[in-house]
Amino acid sequence: MALNVVVCVKQIPDPADPGALDADFTLKRDVKLILDESDSYGVEMALQLVDTAGGGEVTLVSMAPNGEVSGLRTALAMGAAKGVLVSDDALAGSGARETAKTLAAAIGKAGEYDLVISGVESSDGYTGVLPQMLAAQLGHPMVSFAKSVEVADGKVKVSRQTETGSQDVEAPTPCVVSVTAGVVEPRYPSFKGIMAAKSKPVDTLALGDLGIDGGNVGWAGAGQEITAVEDAPARQAGEIVEDDGEGFQKIVAKLEELKVI
Amino acid sequence: MALSKVWVFAETDENGSLTTLSKELLTKARDLGDTVEAFYAGDGNDIAESAGAFGATAVHATGPIEGQLLGAPVGAALAAAAEGVDLVLGGTSYDARDAFAVASVKLDKPVISNTTAIDLDGDAVVTTVPVFGGEKLVKTKFTAGGPMLCLVRPKSYEASESGGGAASVSSVDVPGDAPSATVLATHVEEREGPQLDSAPIVVSGGRGLGDPAKFEEYIEALGKKLGAATGATRAIVDAGWVPYNKQVGQTGKVVKPDVYIAAGISGATQHLVGMKGSKNIIAINKDPEAPIFSVADLGIVGDVHKVLPALIEALNAKG
Ligand SMILES: Cc1cc2nc3c(=O)[nH]c(=O)nc-3n(C[C@H](O)[C@H](O)[C@H](O)COP(=O)(O)OP(=O)(O)OC[C@H]3O[C@@H](n4cnc5c(N)ncnc54)[C@H](O)[C@@H]3O)c2cc1C
Ligand SMILES: Cc1cc2nc3c(=O)[nH]c(=O)nc-3n(C[C@H](O)[C@H](O)[C@H](O)COP(=O)(O)OP(=O)(O)OC[C@H]3O[C@@H](n4cnc5c(N)ncnc54)[C@H](O)[C@@H]3O)c2cc1C
Repeated sequence: MALNVVVCVKQIPDPADPGALDADFTLKRDVKLILDESDSYGVEMALQLVDTAGGGEVTLVSMAPNGEVSGLRTALAMGAAKGVLVSDDALAGSGARETAKTLAAAIGKAGEYDLVISGVESSDGYTGVLPQMLAAQLGHPMVSFAKSVEVADGKVKVSRQTETGSQDVEAPTPCVVSVTAGVVEPRYPSFKGIMAAKSKPVDTLALGDLGIDGGNVGWAGAGQEITAVEDAPARQAGEIVEDDGEGFQKIVAKLEELKVI
Repeated sequence: MALSKVWVFAETDENGSLTTLSKELLTKARDLGDTVEAFYAGDGNDIAESAGAFGATAVHATGPIEGQLLGAPVGAALAAAAEGVDLVLGGTSYDARDAFAVASVKLDKPVISNTTAIDLDGDAVVTTVPVFGGEKLVKTKFTAGGPMLCLVRPKSYEASESGGGAASVSSVDVPGDAPSATVLATHVEEREGPQLDSAPIVVSGGRGLGDPAKFEEYIEALGKKLGAATGATRAIVDAGWVPYNKQVGQTGKVVKPDVYIAAGISGATQHLVGMKGSKNIIAINKDPEAPIFSVADLGIVGDVHKVLPALIEALNAKG
């Protein structure tokens, strides 16, 4: 049985670099972008599911500025077959809802699929609402916070993380599943994979190709406006001491001072 | 100028009690709106009194949603019922995120997520969202009119009762056509001892502990000694040392205890957003450059394998 999976991958500025904001207060994104680690789990999960099914392929979908494909290449090197990128200046300033609209339209161009996988939340924007919006746009059932996913007989079975434990959830395909970080071990791209990724197809689309009006996305369509960015009140500098074997006494003294012992 | 009507997406815990987060939101809603009401995915009578005590005059309830994930049906019900509501506040909980996302699409209105403060500027609603691990605060204004959908992080406000009586209960329709996912079984993990969200002291451990046995030996032992809840970083939750319900941070719990002890924790931004609101922070890390020291009131640059056993012994000696 073949299984076709679409994986949403966000390409983000390297979180290891100090973050910076543009003059319009949005995250500076005209730097080299990388595959969001949060999405490497979705890519791995999809590759494993296709493997288990014994056929089918993984298609990536991403929205990013300046025709950026570095993060997509990483996921292609892991084993995804092809990518769809939406890049358009009119998308700048988009919120989660506009991004979901755009990705839904792009998924419509990705061919037949059984399952759409995403991360639970991205590392930079972390609104944690995009996958559910995407499902609502597509009219598909949605299972969020998946820890494990199985596909059989036109259904997905998910063990879903909850605040108090977990749930066993089932939904008919096609559906959208968001996977939590750490549930699978993302593979490192092999040298062969990296070479092969260079010639895998990435379809780059603009809003016009998707029939989306620029006035409904980006700053124009966001329905929210960033008015200011302020420094958070800094914590007062504390006392930092090198342990000379008696460091624990400092902690005891602090706990006594705070009257907790 | 206050808004005329503010709704709170009320939630209950595994015992059926209104969550602290819902109480915090109801408390804040009283500042923002002339009328405060609750929306509840369950039997409204179950929370009429508790929501009333925190200022809600009405509970709009869907009735129990059985055998289905809440997001799609409840999000659609919320969208259909929220006409004329200026602002809907929810927590950044799993169910609220699922439901608000669906309501957002149905209403074609944005969601502002991870808010830690909500203020009125004239009749505009301005939210505060921390970025870069809480170093910067972004102010975002809703510009598309109501219903404005806003998800608020736990412990952004302190809950206080209004002295209000029981809220009236009315039922809202759940559209039957939502594409739904079936819940086959629900598992509740046992929670014992002091709880992370409420304990006055929290002791947390990270990868610097070296191996899972040390979590038991140091962190649990210290926790027991201090009557503290124990927490962890995602690194050791992902590694399977401790269950997810101990995770502190962006994707875990937000804690604000009087004392937070961080042992072998680097202080990644995603961890800091979950604990930097603690009143006093004590950190132990062998790396003097570890970012955790930037938020510590007392930092010990040292080896957890030396400092913690000595600390536990000293506390034991004090009885
Ligand atoms: C600090 C910060 C705060 C923000 N706050 C808000 C806010 O409150 N409300 C709002 O509407 N917008 C907000 N935004 C903008 C929002 O992050 C972007 O619009 C983003 O494209 C989508 O949301 P997300 O990354 O938060 O999605 P999340 O819901 O956190 O992401 C979950 C998953 O969705 C998929 N995904 C997300 N974006 C893309 C993409 N571009 N391409 C492919 N897959 C993707 C990935 O699989 C990801 O793991 C914020 C941005 C920043 C930097
Ligand atoms: C989208 C997203 C969400 C995330 N959410 C969370 C979250 O909710 N919570 C969270 O915690 N993380 C979260 N993370 C992960 C986070 O970025 C860090 O990877 C994680 O917090 C690191 O955990 P750690 O401090 O235990 O490990 P490390 O960063 O590896 O740090 C270990 C520390 O221990 C010190 N050390 C080593 N040996 C010793 C010793 N013998 N004695 C003393 N010190 C020692 C080291 O100097 C080091 O500073 C998230 C990441 C992403 C991308």
